[in-house]
Amino acid sequence: MYQHLYRPLKKPFLHVDVLLLLMLLVLSAVSLVILYSASNGNLGLVWRQAVRIMLGFGMMVFIAQFSSQQIERVVPWLYLLGVFLLVMVAVMGTIGKGAQRWLDLGFIRFQPSELVKLTVPMMVAWYLADKPLPPRYKDLFIALLLLMIPAALVVKQPDLGTSLLIASAGGFVILLAGLQTWLIMSGLGLAAGFGLLIAYTPILEYLLHPYQLRRVETFIDPEKDPLGAGYHIIQSKIAIGSGGLFGKGLENSTQSRFEFLPERTTDFIFAVFGEAFGLLGFIALILLYLAIITRGLYIAIQAQGMFARLLAGSITLTFFVYIFVNIGMVTGLLPVVGVPLPLISYGGTSIVTLFAGFGLLMSVHTHKRLLSGQH
Amino acid sequence: MARLLLKNAIQESRLFRDRALISWVVMLVLSLVLLYRLFDLQINQQRHYELLSRDNWLKRVPIAPTRGLIFDRNGRVLAENRPTYTLEVIPEKIEDLDLLIERLRRFISISDSDIKRFERYRKQKRRFDRVPLRFKLSLEEVARISVRNHEFEGVHISDTLTRYYPHGALAAHAIGYVGRMNETELKNLETPGNYRATHYIGKIGVEKTYEDELHGKIGWQQVETNVRGRTLRVLSREAPTPGKNLSLSLDLQLQSFVEKQLQNKRSALVAIEPSTGNVLALASMPSYDPNKFVHGIKVKDYHELLYSPDRPLFNRAIRGQYPPGSTVKAFVGLAGLEHGLRTATDKTYCRGWYQLKGHKHRYRDWKKTGHGSVNFYQAVEQSCDVYFYRLAQELGINNLSHFLHKFGFGHRVGIDIPGEASGLMPDKAWKRKRYRKPWYPGETLIAGIGQGYTLATPLQLAVATAALSKRGKIYRPRLAFSWLANRNYLGASHVIETPVPAPIEIKSPKYWDDAIRSMVEVVHGRRGTARKQAKGLQYKMAGKTGTAQVVGIKQDAKYDADKLDKRHWDHALFVAFAPVENPKIAVAVIVENGGSGSSTAAPLARNVVDYYLTEVLPVNERIGSPSKKDKNAVVAPES
Repeated sequence: MYQHLYRPLKKPFLHVDVLLLLMLLVLSAVSLVILYSASNGNLGLVWRQAVRIMLGFGMMVFIAQFSSQQIERVVPWLYLLGVFLLVMVAVMGTIGKGAQRWLDLGFIRFQPSELVKLTVPMMVAWYLADKPLPPRYKDLFIALLLLMIPAALVVKQPDLGTSLLIASAGGFVILLAGLQTWLIMSGLGLAAGFGLLIAYTPILEYLLHPYQLRRVETFIDPEKDPLGAGYHIIQSKIAIGSGGLFGKGLENSTQSRFEFLPERTTDFIFAVFGEAFGLLGFIALILLYLAIITRGLYIAIQAQGMFARLLAGSITLTFFVYIFVNIGMVTGLLPVVGVPLPLISYGGTSIVTLFAGFGLLMSVHTHKRLLSGQH
Repeated sequence: MARLLLKNAIQESRLFRDRALISWVVMLVLSLVLLYRLFDLQINQQRHYELLSRDNWLKRVPIAPTRGLIFDRNGRVLAENRPTYTLEVIPEKIEDLDLLIERLRRFISISDSDIKRFERYRKQKRRFDRVPLRFKLSLEEVARISVRNHEFEGVHISDTLTRYYPHGALAAHAIGYVGRMNETELKNLETPGNYRATHYIGKIGVEKTYEDELHGKIGWQQVETNVRGRTLRVLSREAPTPGKNLSLSLDLQLQSFVEKQLQNKRSALVAIEPSTGNVLALASMPSYDPNKFVHGIKVKDYHELLYSPDRPLFNRAIRGQYPPGSTVKAFVGLAGLEHGLRTATDKTYCRGWYQLKGHKHRYRDWKKTGHGSVNFYQAVEQSCDVYFYRLAQELGINNLSHFLHKFGFGHRVGIDIPGEASGLMPDKAWKRKRYRKPWYPGETLIAGIGQGYTLATPLQLAVATAALSKRGKIYRPRLAFSWLANRNYLGASHVIETPVPAPIEIKSPKYWDDAIRSMVEVVHGRRGTARKQAKGLQYKMAGKTGTAQVVGIKQDAKYDADKLDKRHWDHALFVAFAPVENPKIAVAVIVENGGSGSSTAAPLARNVVDYYLTEVLPVNERIGSPSKKDKNAVVAPES
């Protein structure tokens, strides 16, 4: 009944945020250049990534054409689809690298957890949007449930990194919805307590898969197994550290060119970047990322309607989590959890998901209507 | 829309804005944490990681030097390096291995065991490595594959230099051989760095003694490698210094003649140039093919050599210790002259046996009827035992032993190949130490005829004979003569210096004449034990026969070869030098279980001496022309 109160500001030909688009284009270009170097000139690989990026851009622009109101209507269905696909994966998914993550649809291999990365914050935002905020405990409980179910299914695959990203995407919605400060504090306290528990008791051995446990152990002491699990971290630190202030340039990046660096095109691509472009390169990159994030938060603050705000904010914060976790793990600050460097790492579905997220941001930003009553 | 009314839109959007801004600040702070981390890695620890990075990709790869060649004294190659060709396959470049093998088989033979071995190697190597499929390709096979090179992608023929002894078993006991280095050798290397690229090391013989010089100096190259160790680019190269080429004093022609003479006999012969100590020939028969050892000998072949009753691996020339028998008589007689116990013409009566006072035991002469009254010359000529029993008794074992020591008996004479045995020249102190028993006078007697405890190697006999021929000038025997400056035999060379021991001093030079004359009588005397050898000689040769007992013959028993196992036959010995006036060659020969020295050993030695003097020496140094024993015709002297 309020629909008539809105009217379009102006009707653009295409709903895109030019600023965001430009920044994403720059990042994609950087990605292709580094991939070309990291793969030792494997043009096939670069081409596949370029196709994905184009697909991603298409997806982004496509999503941006819908208004957040239109999107809001299909959110529960998308959420249910995501959960359904996760169950399917658990039942009949393809196994790769010791984990069951893929769903083979015949014509395409698809990772449902990527879809869920978006549908979870959408669902939580959808649920909380029309609740009084800060959320009441009952709402909070349901919101938590909504994010825990898919996260738990992904943990079972097992894919700890993705499930953490899913949980945090949902968590950010709750946080931005105005979660009570004392709950935030006690949550942090609980996390700290859990951290201590991990550090001083063998509790992880019961909770984690052996390979996850090894990753954590390797994180704590990479030199313990320099040719095995610790090799990634050691070689990555050598690559980044030897880059120095200015970097060695792509031509002279021996760690990458002579293939000492494992997973160069995927999770450890930041080490290639750090070796080639040095500290100054990192500063430029992080500034670009922060600019995207700032733009994202600006869009979120400017957004109309709580669903749009929460969704935009959550997408932006999750984007940063990617960056922080990836660079943190490649530099040895965090354990290796298998999170790609957003928009730079080589990889299929994750790039499409990311662009879809930016599509949602653009949709939020470009479909605003003025409340006629406020004139 | 009642529930919407419960919401306070303005308050909620402010709450959201605050949360968003706080998040923004938190992200900024976390970015600074990353910045700090990067700063620490890339600025504070940059040097550390730079070094680790260099360790990763920059490798120093050793290059093996080429081993020096070995020549005989006239530039004939004794040890060389030959390329051996191996057919190698790079698995990552081959699509269908079975098809490839089938195609290769049209041109070269590939056995099933080759394929099996290939599969084994393949598992140990990396995909881009060359994996050997066929070893030791013949030149023809190499050619057949090479012309079709373009048809076989991923197939390579590599050549590596390996040691090769072109004459096989000839002179093997002198030259020795190289073989794959084992753990112990690797550990005991004085300069392990120099062997980083080397797989072979001198195991025995000259190859071992002169290992350092023959080996050469290692070279290096700096290369870029990737994570799998594949060399991507050579950055710099420091060429290896090849090993020096060695010229031996050995004469291949003589050596070859010697080994033909000794064929099918368990025997050894050492020929020395008396004026230098240069070893002209050193043979121990049977011999073995050293080439078998280079690539690692097959267990079956090795056992065959090791357990053969003829012991081909045993270097009799320097390690075989035999009772020298009568070959010592001239030296014992010389000791008697030196100690003033006799003059050369003083006579001793021989009735066929000798008895110590107060003892019943009869020390028999080899000639039952005795030699009658003999002086020093006659005693050596006829090899009278009684003369030397008595002389030895008068000398006493310590004097005898001390004097013979000067000629090299009882200690290593220091030839430049490893493994020389010291022989044994007993005296009283030795026996006390060894057996904790006093010396018995009877033992002195048999020491006087080179039996009993006394043991000598063929090398020692040759050295002693050479020293006698040069009137006391004794030299250390040596096989290595000079280092050649060039890669080939021609050109400047650097003669290897060996220390020259002090000459043996005796009271009167006449005694040398006496001793030498006594040995000349052995060959040229009317009753000389080797008088048959004088036939056809165009120069004077001095010699001494020897027959060493392998088993003791009981008192009153008769040595009867027919009744004895062949392994218990006496060893036949002969020492000789010629020409007497200006000795150019001294020889010692032993034939194990060969019977008597005069019938078995003397002709061998004589043939070798004669061959050397008439056919091996440079034309202007030759003495006469080749003689045939059965020809009495006077041969015209060479112009």
